[in-house]
Amino acid sequence: MRIVVAMSGGVDSSVAAALLADQGHEVIGVSMQLYDFSRQTDGSRRFGSCCTLDDLHDARRVAAAINIPHYILNFERQFEAQVVSNFVSEYASGRTPLPCAHCNSDLKFSTLLERARGLGADRVATGHYARVERDGATGRPLLRRGIDPAKDQSYFLFSLTREQLACALFPVGDQPKDAVREYARSRGLPVADKPDSQEICFIPDHDYARFVTARSPEAGAASGAIVDETGRVLGRHEGVHRFTIGQRKGLGVSSGTPLYVLALNPADQQVVVGKKGALERTSLTASGVNWLSEEPSRPLRVTAQIRHRHPPAHATVRSLGDRRAEIVFDTAQIAVTPGQAVVLYQADVVVGGGWID
Amino acid sequence: MNDSLMRVYFDYNATTPLAVEVLDAVVAATRDRFGNASSVHYFGQQAKAVLDDARSAVATLVNADPSEVVFTSGGTESDNFAIRGAADALEPAGRRHLVACAIEHEAVLNTLKALGRRGWRTSLVPVDQTGIVSPDRVRDLLADDTALVSVMHANNEIGTIQPIAEIARLAHERGALVHTDAVQSVGKVPVDVRALGVDLLSLSGHKFNGPKGAGVLWVRRGTRVQPILTGGKHERNRRAGTENVPAIAGLGVAARLAIDKIATEGARVATLRDRLEAGILGSVPGTAVNGTPSMRVPNTSNISFDRVEAESLLIALDLEGIAVSTGSACSSGTLEPSHVLRAMGFPAHRTQNSLRFSLGLFSTEEEVDRVVEVLPRLVEKLRGLTKKTVPA
Repeated sequence: MRIVVAMSGGVDSSVAAALLADQGHEVIGVSMQLYDFSRQTDGSRRFGSCCTLDDLHDARRVAAAINIPHYILNFERQFEAQVVSNFVSEYASGRTPLPCAHCNSDLKFSTLLERARGLGADRVATGHYARVERDGATGRPLLRRGIDPAKDQSYFLFSLTREQLACALFPVGDQPKDAVREYARSRGLPVADKPDSQEICFIPDHDYARFVTARSPEAGAASGAIVDETGRVLGRHEGVHRFTIGQRKGLGVSSGTPLYVLALNPADQQVVVGKKGALERTSLTASGVNWLSEEPSRPLRVTAQIRHRHPPAHATVRSLGDRRAEIVFDTAQIAVTPGQAVVLYQADVVVGGGWID
Repeated sequence: MNDSLMRVYFDYNATTPLAVEVLDAVVAATRDRFGNASSVHYFGQQAKAVLDDARSAVATLVNADPSEVVFTSGGTESDNFAIRGAADALEPAGRRHLVACAIEHEAVLNTLKALGRRGWRTSLVPVDQTGIVSPDRVRDLLADDTALVSVMHANNEIGTIQPIAEIARLAHERGALVHTDAVQSVGKVPVDVRALGVDLLSLSGHKFNGPKGAGVLWVRRGTRVQPILTGGKHERNRRAGTENVPAIAGLGVAARLAIDKIATEGARVATLRDRLEAGILGSVPGTAVNGTPSMRVPNTSNISFDRVEAESLLIALDLEGIAVSTGSACSSGTLEPSHVLRAMGFPAHRTQNSLRFSLGLFSTEEEVDRVVEVLPRLVEKLRGLTKKTVPA
């Protein structure tokens, strides 16, 4: 089978490509040029501050090592439209975005998949730690957690439609990370010992606030009050995009007890802070819900994950129609964060997910 | 990688495979002529003899004198040398203006930009959809302080040949020097520096079956250019640095082969190119040739494919073993819209749906027929998809 593998230059996608090639598939390596780091918004050229060209170099070396063709596709325009602009507007409106999920469903398994089809490949493979299987009874694709619990990335894949999942391959999802590295070593891949990438790829210095400030004039000019739950002003801040729900550090207000960000109100640029207990929520609603199993006609018992590193919590989900849903937790959860995803599981199967309101 | 594919190389304008005789010369010089050509002893003389021989061959190829031939590392260095060297030489005389055409190679365009940042005025001659520079438009841009006019002899992407002699005459009337980047014409069509009437001419060995890393700036005797590489007294004080003897040996042999074969090879390749072009236009609807077909080097065909992203078609062809190209690749290897087609005034989509086919010494009719056979299916597949999702 002709398969396009999205190669980031990291060990996971490199091993994904190698595994498929070793299984005898006709593998086409593709690296996506997503962001031009030489054109920073402040006009400066930051040669060497980012790893993109080095990652492409690594991807090319892996492709050469396993003897597959490799191409770099320029998706800067699509990445800007599908991922970056959403990231900026979400932060500017007091939400905490999840760009990797958008990149998966709106770029890798849409734009890249389209390109792959044009090249005669009906499957796109990535290095995600997740599994796609076919449900024996319904024939429907099942999205399951990767078997390495520490590496599972199914949370970032919830927004793939069934049609997209049917075209997806995650060759490393049924392996633990150390086995993946071991395979890379045994296969002589030059990235076997490369450290895992962290954080968001298009902000290599991790300074999200500066990124948003530079790209959104409104956010750049914003300022407002830090208030407690009664509305009493405790301090000032320079824009709600600098905060996330549950944040404790960097508030710039002193108090006898630790204070946490409870809410962000972009309309009046208010940051509401309070004690940890006030972060607890027993329910949430979500929009843009993607049901991978049948949309439930009555309340369904699930475990719900509200962040990548959140231990899944027992909950009941009820569809509200119009791609909306309400999730009620058995026990209160800390820091339900608008803009993040709530992903619903039964055992290790993703039954659906949506964006927290 | 599918190693059993029949590989077709139709990207001779990017670079060419070595002629067998060239490879032999490179190997022999590498092995037997290791001396430094500046050394007085036997070993130096052995190396120097290689340079002298190659210099004579190149001079014959372009109807020049050997002493006018300066070896460089290739086309980009030659272009830099011509423009920066002329600018440096003429600046004391109060000349601060440079003219080039909009479809020049980046080696010329970016050198002009660099000088622009240092205070030089630069003008680019616009080009229309014929892809041919109008001498009248050049004349309009000339000024009393124009130091140099640089217009390429043949365009790398569409192959059009420019009216250099006429442009040179006009530029000389205003006291400007004239440079032509002949990297894409030398070895493909007869090039005569006297007939062209220019002062400086760039050529590159690897574009006509020579090795990479050896090129020439031809400098008309008496023309003042400052060296851009300073150091030892190599190349009569014009280009410092120990000469790349093996590559220059190969360049010399490639030049001799070109002298011997240019008439027959040119006609042979033109026949193949025309067969390819007719085959594609006849079998793939929505195709058109870019540029002026009657005024091209014989090996180049640039074709636009309606409703196809050239980047995808290039990859699809490569997966079938067929190597062609689009515009120029940027540092990461992604493809950018062709600056040449853009400068010719084509709409944005056409600058991204065009492929360049360039043939050469080892191209065969069988290869042409294979491309014509494979293309319609690939184009159809890509068009079937773009109907569903048209990229903005």
